[in-house]
Amino acid sequence: MPSFSLVHLEFLGWAALWTLGLSAIAFIGGGLVGFAVALMRISPIRWLRYAAIGYIQIVQGTPLLILLFLIYFGIAIAGFQEVPALLAAGVGLTIYSSGFLAEIWRGCLQSVPKTQWEAAECLALTPWQRMTRVILPQAMRIATPPTVGFLVQIVKNTSLASVVGFVELAQAGKLINNSIFEPFTVFMVVAAIYFAICFPLSTWSRRLERKLNVSRR
Amino acid sequence: MSAVVKLSNVYKSFGTNKVLDGVSFEVGRGEVAAVIGQSGSGKSTALRCINALETIDGGTIDVCGHAVHDEKLDRRSLRRDVGIVFQSYNLFPHLTAEQNIMLAPSCVKKVSKAEARDLAKDVLARVGLAEKAGHYPEQLSGGQQQRVAIARSLAMQPKLMLFDEVTSALDPQLTGEVLKVMEDLARGGMTMILVTHEMAFARKVASQVVYMHKGKVWETGPGAMLDSPRTPELASFVGSGL
Repeated sequence: MPSFSLVHLEFLGWAALWTLGLSAIAFIGGGLVGFAVALMRISPIRWLRYAAIGYIQIVQGTPLLILLFLIYFGIAIAGFQEVPALLAAGVGLTIYSSGFLAEIWRGCLQSVPKTQWEAAECLALTPWQRMTRVILPQAMRIATPPTVGFLVQIVKNTSLASVVGFVELAQAGKLINNSIFEPFTVFMVVAAIYFAICFPLSTWSRRLERKLNVSRR
Repeated sequence: MSAVVKLSNVYKSFGTNKVLDGVSFEVGRGEVAAVIGQSGSGKSTALRCINALETIDGGTIDVCGHAVHDEKLDRRSLRRDVGIVFQSYNLFPHLTAEQNIMLAPSCVKKVSKAEARDLAKDVLARVGLAEKAGHYPEQLSGGQQQRVAIARSLAMQPKLMLFDEVTSALDPQLTGEVLKVMEDLARGGMTMILVTHEMAFARKVASQVVYMHKGKVWETGPGAMLDSPRTPELASFVGSGL
């Protein structure tokens, strides 16, 4: 029986790239949708607010695993024979991330004191100028630690994409183990790769926080 | 001469609490009106209504040709004409003094960066802070922050300036430097409405004093009315303030 070798390590390396790619899709997609939902959540228009609350509740109250199944089989039922695993996993993780990022960012936007919103409004800024020039620069500093913290969650949760047949890092580990039966070695390496991805993210978060801290030296 | 600001029979409640109970007064061009009264008398709310930060329940407010009570009010156009300075300064903490001032002229009036910078220099000099342009708000004292806030409003060249208890958070020395800036503004012919607890300042600078009590304009007159109040409420208010 073959044992853990460079070939396996190379396979894990490729799978790790898929994990990174899927994380990027989830974060960028989830970020765009999540920011829009966060803005809806604090909109003065009531039905937009309620729609955002409903969306957040449903996404946060559904396990990611079930969400992935629903999307994978949902697309198939809708009449598409071959559902690419990347599409199903990307859409599922995007929805999942957006539900959490929306609520994180909503809190950060609202933690900028009301007087700042008023002062910007009283200088005749448009709502968009107020958001981009006054509120966001302040909210971003507050948002950095929880956002990067959640980004780490996304990286780890991409492992669930294996259920729709997507071969990322965790699934690759399972496949290798199925052939060489060295679970401890294989999954130690898999864990180390996850850590190597997540640890720099946390370090980067701290650096970013200091950089954005310009007004509070 | 038409009034710059005219409140007629303004009503405003927060829940069951009647804050403004039929308030009327007028402020003419170049006039300085001081609104005084106990806490909770509705004076700050009246000021916020003038700038459409609060919507009113009844009556009319006309400000520089804008019908503020109208549902179709163009708030941004109103706010190009009206500057407001708050008790808590409300400078933007992530921007320097100069950037705080440049923001509105460049966003709203679309002036060039160089022009906005010249404008900032100019208004900072007017409030005596020319050398603080590159400082962040937290590097400035309360009095300096408030003067930057006044400069920020001035940079939009408003027709009317509102001051909402702008010295209440400051110690006497810092209060003095802010009041001096406001006095210079008044001398320069700026139309101003200030909600204030500074009786001496009101007496000296205001062309009109509006005493509010229980959501009503209780007494109004020139600064000298503080020396000879007609109502017992104003008498006791002025007496307690001395």
